[in-house]
Amino acid sequence: MTAATARRDFPRAYGKVGSLHRERLWALRLSYTSLIVAAIIFLAPPVYMLMTSLKTNAEMADQTLSPWLVRSPTLEHYGATLENPLFLGFFANSAIVTLLVVSITMVISVLAAFALSRMRFWGSQTLATGVFLTYLVPDTLLFIPLYQIVGGLGLLNSIWGLVLVYPTLTVPFCTWIMIGYFASIPKELDEAALIDGASWPQMLLKIFIPVALPGIIAATIFAFTVSWAAFVYPTAFITRPEEMPLTIGVVSQLVRGDTFAWGQIMAGALLAALPPVVVYVFLMDYYIAGLTAGATKG
Amino acid sequence: MSEVNLRKVVKLFEGGVQAVRGIDLEIADHEFCVLVGPSGCGKSTTLRMIAGLEEVSEGEIWIGGTMVNDIPPKDRDIAMVFQNYALYPHMTVFENMAFGLKLRHFPKDEIKRRVDRAASILSIGELLDRKPKALSGGQRQRVAMGRAIVRDPKVFLFDEPLSNLDAKLRVQMRTEIKKVHQAVKTTTIYVTHDQVEAMTLADRVVVMNHGVIEQVGPPNELYHHPATIFVAGFIGSPAMNFIPARLVNAAGALTIQLGQGLSVPVPADRTARYAPHASKKLLFGIRPEHLTETTRTDKQNLAPITVDLDVIEPMGMETLVHFRIEGTPVCARVDPAAGAQAGAPMRLAAHMDQMHLIDADTGRVL
Repeated sequence: MTAATARRDFPRAYGKVGSLHRERLWALRLSYTSLIVAAIIFLAPPVYMLMTSLKTNAEMADQTLSPWLVRSPTLEHYGATLENPLFLGFFANSAIVTLLVVSITMVISVLAAFALSRMRFWGSQTLATGVFLTYLVPDTLLFIPLYQIVGGLGLLNSIWGLVLVYPTLTVPFCTWIMIGYFASIPKELDEAALIDGASWPQMLLKIFIPVALPGIIAATIFAFTVSWAAFVYPTAFITRPEEMPLTIGVVSQLVRGDTFAWGQIMAGALLAALPPVVVYVFLMDYYIAGLTAGATKG
Repeated sequence: MSEVNLRKVVKLFEGGVQAVRGIDLEIADHEFCVLVGPSGCGKSTTLRMIAGLEEVSEGEIWIGGTMVNDIPPKDRDIAMVFQNYALYPHMTVFENMAFGLKLRHFPKDEIKRRVDRAASILSIGELLDRKPKALSGGQRQRVAMGRAIVRDPKVFLFDEPLSNLDAKLRVQMRTEIKKVHQAVKTTTIYVTHDQVEAMTLADRVVVMNHGVIEQVGPPNELYHHPATIFVAGFIGSPAMNFIPARLVNAAGALTIQLGQGLSVPVPADRTARYAPHASKKLLFGIRPEHLTETTRTDKQNLAPITVDLDVIEPMGMETLVHFRIEGTPVCARVDPAAGAQAGAPMRLAAHMDQMHLIDADTGRVL
C-alpha cells in the first residue's frame, strides 16, 4: 500500500520499478517475435517453391548450391507450364468446378440459414445442429462411400462428380456461418419489414442479403477456398488427365516417366495458388468481419 | 373509422405461460391510448398481437371494423415504431421511409410527396440522404416515426419508443410525439413502463399487471381515483404511501387510527362510504404531495400530524422528507422553506380529501 502510494507520489521512479510504457514495449517485442516466427514457418514453403521455379534444371540438380538462392533466374518453367495444354485444362476444370460449387453452395446455404435462423418450425433447432454435425465428418472418411455413389451415378472421371460432391463439404460450414450472421441481425428488422409489407422472399432479398453481405462474402471465400484446394475427392474420383483439376493435375501429370519436372511443378503450383491469393487480398477485411460478427454482436 | 377493439384476448406462450389473460379494451378513432405497467405485465405482448407479430391464442382483435386475428401484419394497415428503431442499416433515411410504400407499388412522385411531408412534420428534411449509422438516437427515432407516418395507416403502434434515449431527449421526443399526434390524429396505441410518459401523452391510460387490465381511464382519473392498490402505487412519483390503519367509530365520528395516538378524521362526505368497512384490515393511502407542511395551505380537511424526520431530500423546487409511522416508511413533499431537518420533529398536514382507504385483502380502493 505504502509502496503504491510512494510510486504515485514520485512519478520519476516509474522507470526503475516497471511502468506501463515498459510493459507495452515487452508485449510488442513478444508479439513481433512470435509473428516473425509464424511468418517464417508459413512463408518458407512458398518461397522455396518460388526459388526452385526460377532456377534452371542444371542449377536445381547442382547439390553444391544453396536451395534458397537463385544464381541465374529464368522464367522458362513458367513459359513451359503456361504453354502446356494439360495445365490450361486443369486450370479451366478448377475454375468451372469452383464457380459452380460456390454458386450452388451460396444459394443453398443462404436459403437454409435464413429458414433455420428466422422461421420457427418443427425441428428447426435439431436441423441446425444436424447441419453442423455433418461438417464434423472428415472427407477422408467419406470418400469411400461417396465413391460408390458417384460411381453409381456414372460420374467417376468427370468434373460433374466433383460439382456434385464438393457442396457436401461447403454447404454445412457456410450455412453455419450464415446462421450465425443472420442471428446477429435484430429481430425487429424483420418485424419492421413484415409490417412494411415485405414477403419472406422480399425480406431475404431486400433486407437480409444486403445487411449480411460481409457474412455472405466470408462464406463465399470459404466455399471458393475449399473447392479450389480440394485434394482427396479428385484424387479418389478422377484418373483421366483431361478431367483433372489443378490440385491433382499439377502433381500427377507434370511427371515424365519417373522424372519429376520440379521446375514446372513448382511454377504450376504457384500459378494455381494465385487466384485464392488475389481473392483474399481484396476481400480479407470482409472475411474477418464476417467470421467474427456473429460472435461479437450475437 | 379506425377504432381498435380487443375482446377477451388471451395469449398463451409455449410452456403454458399466460402472458395476457382475457382482456377487453375499446380504443376510439383518433384516440391516444397508452398501455402502461411493469415489465412482464403483458403490455408489449398485447401490442404485438394487435400488430400481428404474435398470434392470438383466444379472443378477437378488431381494427376499423374488421376482425384481424388471421390477417398478416402487412394487411392490417398499421405502422409500428420499435424501441431500438429497427431502421434498415443499408438504406438512406429516404429509402427507409419509402420502403413500405415501394413494396405497395406507390407511384414515385406520391412516395416523394409523402416522405417530404413526413420529413417536414419531424424536421428531418436535411437528413434524407444519410444512412442510419450517421444519425443520433433522437434522429433515428424520428426516422422510425417518419416511416410510420408516410404509410398513413389506420393505427400507429409504439413499443417503448423512448426507452433507448437519454433523459433529456426523452422529454423532448415525448413532446414531439404528442405534436405529431395532434398533427396527424391517427389512432395511437403506445406501450411504456414509464408512468410519466403515460400520464403526459395519453387521452386514456390502460394500467396492466400480470396480464390483466387493472384500470382504464384518463390520466387525471387514474391519479385521483385509482381503482386498486396497484394503480394507486404505480401512478404518481414518488409513489403513494400505504400505512396500515384501523377505522374507529368514536361518538358517531369515524377516525382512521394509524398508530399509537396517531389518528386522522374521516372527511364528513365519506363517512357513509367507509362505515361498513370498519372491521376490515385496511390501508390508508396518501400521496407525498398531499402530506405537506401545515403553513402551506389553508384548505379544509387538513389533519395535523407530528412526525420525526429520518431523511430529507432537497430537490430544489420542493423537499422530500422521509419518516416512519409505526415502522412503515412514509414520504412527504414539503416546501424547501419549511425548515425540515433530519432527526427533528415536524408538523405536517394530511389533505384528507385526497386520501384513499384500501381493503388490504382485496387490494380494492374503497
